[in-house]
Amino acid sequence: MAYSEKVIDHYENPRNVGSFDKNDPSVVTGMVGAPACGDVMKLQLKINDAGIIEDAKFKTYGCGSAIASSSLVTEWVKGKSIDEAAAIKNTDIAEELALPPVKIHCSILAEDAIKAALDDYKAKQGE
Amino acid sequence: MNYFELFDFPQSFELDTAELSSRYRELQRAVHPDKFAGGSEQEIMLAVQKTAQVNDGFQTLKDPLRRAEHILALRGLDISHETTTVKDTGFLMQQMEWREALEDIAHSSQPDAMIDELHTSFAAYQRDVFSSLSALLASHAEDDDIKAADQIRKLKFMAKLQDELARAEDALFE
Repeated sequence: MAYSEKVIDHYENPRNVGSFDKNDPSVVTGMVGAPACGDVMKLQLKINDAGIIEDAKFKTYGCGSAIASSSLVTEWVKGKSIDEAAAIKNTDIAEELALPPVKIHCSILAEDAIKAALDDYKAKQGE
Repeated sequence: MNYFELFDFPQSFELDTAELSSRYRELQRAVHPDKFAGGSEQEIMLAVQKTAQVNDGFQTLKDPLRRAEHILALRGLDISHETTTVKDTGFLMQQMEWREALEDIAHSSQPDAMIDELHTSFAAYQRDVFSSLSALLASHAEDDDIKAADQIRKLKFMAKLQDELARAEDALFE
């Protein structure tokens, strides 16, 4: 299967790979996985007191499309408010990366990773 | 298609795989298209179809993970083509750690010891999940079927890890 140029670009030069210190109170983490392909994705967001995402990092074990989807998401969420980040849809990701239908689930996984990280944020706010 | 019926087994997760292999050979012989070489086109077509079913059935029942999936599908819970996202953080953290360990094998001074250790950890974990899966499937309660589906999803991640471990092992000998 041919990957689009954008997928290859993100795959070969992934943006924001790595981890933040999970003990940093401004860091929230979203962990998601896709049983169908065994992909695992971790997305961490650094959110300031004003509720703005200042930085993002990811670590993904999976195919090129899964890596590209999470790499793209880290670029997109930076500078966004949590509401704006929550509004990112998998269809936006799939369209930007020109994912073929069999790889749509990779973009769903990336959307779910944002949601999981924001759930962690809400849980931490509630504490 | 109920493969347990095709192979005349009770619809149960526990299955005698030696018996499965011997029934497979018998069925294969009985439906082999060569037996219908002098027959009508329709008879040959049917034999080809039956052979494909017998092969599919054997592959499905032989593999415990696919067998469990088949049982759930027969009970109306088909998860074989789902694109569900798993969010069990503890489980996924463990998966991440194991993936990181697999990556480290290539730079390790004692790769064999690392591989052995991972083999042992994966096997122990899979054994636990399979034994829980077996009990859940045997209970025939709807709640337990849903829990069984979760265990099957975990085993799919483990199958991926086993593939990656085999690949890391192969890479060492290259």
